[in-house]
Amino acid sequence: MRRRPSSSWLLLAAVVFAGGCTGGGSSAGTSTATGTIVVSAAASLRDAFEGIAAEYEAANPGVRVVLNLGASSALREQILEGAPVDVFASANMANMDPLVDEGMIEGAPVIFASNAMVIAVPNGNPGGVTGLPDFARDDLLVGLCQPEVPCGSLARDVLSSSGVVPLVDTEEPNVRALLTKVEAGELDAAITYLTDIASAGGAVEGIAIPDVQNATSLYPIATLARTSLHAEASGFVAFVLSDAGQAILARHGFTPP
Amino acid sequence: MIALGVVGLSVFVIPLVGLVGRVPWSDLPEILTTDLVIDAFRLSMIASVSATAISCVLGIPLAFVLARVEFPGRGVVRAIVLLPLVLPPVVGGAALLFALGRRGVVGEPLNSLTGLVLPFSTWGVIVAATFVAMPFLVITVEGALRTMDRRFERAAATLGASRWTVLRRITLPAIVPSVVAGMVLTWARAFGEFGATVTFAGNLQGRTQTLPLAVFVALESDRDAAIAVSLLMVVVSLIVLIALSDRWWGRVS
Repeated sequence: MRRRPSSSWLLLAAVVFAGGCTGGGSSAGTSTATGTIVVSAAASLRDAFEGIAAEYEAANPGVRVVLNLGASSALREQILEGAPVDVFASANMANMDPLVDEGMIEGAPVIFASNAMVIAVPNGNPGGVTGLPDFARDDLLVGLCQPEVPCGSLARDVLSSSGVVPLVDTEEPNVRALLTKVEAGELDAAITYLTDIASAGGAVEGIAIPDVQNATSLYPIATLARTSLHAEASGFVAFVLSDAGQAILARHGFTPP
Repeated sequence: MIALGVVGLSVFVIPLVGLVGRVPWSDLPEILTTDLVIDAFRLSMIASVSATAISCVLGIPLAFVLARVEFPGRGVVRAIVLLPLVLPPVVGGAALLFALGRRGVVGEPLNSLTGLVLPFSTWGVIVAATFVAMPFLVITVEGALRTMDRRFERAAATLGASRWTVLRRITLPAIVPSVVAGMVLTWARAFGEFGATVTFAGNLQGRTQTLPLAVFVALESDRDAAIAVSLLMVVVSLIVLIALSDRWWGRVS
């Protein structure tokens, strides 16, 4: 499974660049922890982790956090290829497990958040969608993520647990592409993560899926064994798990594990 | 000079070698006859041929206007026509979605008048392919019209030929090789179209999933299938380009 060496080179370049930017100032910090840590995080964590990184940096003046955001599967491949990453936060265990098997994780991954699925409809709900059975309606345009990506497999779990056979009009390559088509009003309904509704900023409405039918994605976080900044990396993980970190995650729609 | 040329050639050859080296030859017949691949191949053919036909009907007159009609702002109009050549296709797809989607400035009246919904339909795939590919036809035909020797047209006109006769008997025959070359480029671009299609038309087997989309989906789940379909696209494209380049581009030069 060798592929995409370019992505890790880009990451390396970003890390070198970021390191170069902070190298001069880091000695001024009074904290014992100094340096730049790279946190690879699932794209759905973007807003929450930007907030967490800023607060962690403020609390630890010598430390800089560089976020490397992307699909969990792509981040996993980068790390397996040897990308210089200190912390990995995945959108599901399936993309964390291979790293555990390879012995690349320090200790065991910890689940730090969960994200439920929700029905996303355009503002005003023009299709009159009320629940999962509407995904079988022929007169609506409905979309899911393709089955290969986590949001697509979770959406199919949700539909099959409620006995709905959907008439799907498009299978989008990722959740952002799916959400864009809901925002534009081109799809009457889609199944996305709960946190996507908050990040869409009012252009999309969420219709709750009953708990018994809903599926949840568990987000694990771990420090990588190869990190040279153990204190800083595990400090970041501890901050994500702390009350302050959990509050930021909750603000962006994540629920505690 | 020759050494640099060889390096230049390697830019194109190396990726092909990489692809061919990973082809699962023994599974090839099985992979290429799955419903997914057959559906995608059929759809790619329909979309690329339709886009080429539409480009001829609309693009040749547009090339005439750009080459032969003096009007203010012609440079800007030409730039707009050529924009899809340099724009990232995904940007073009987003623009199409906001213009021609159900809620789009043109798509909404179109939908209420005809009931036609372009996104998530094969029509949408054809529109996306036409959008990205037609500039190749316009630019090729316009170039031919600008560089052709206009004395034959003037001579015919002085000899009493009507404008329609001049067009039919002198101008069009003179640009036929360029039209065909433009059609080949247009077809090839439409056949390989990905970004605008997935952004505007979505991705559904049998309806909007063309071969490039099938490759993209397969890359995350079935690497061998992705490579096999990629090989299919390379072979089909090469056959068309070789067959037509000998026949027409040889004649042009």
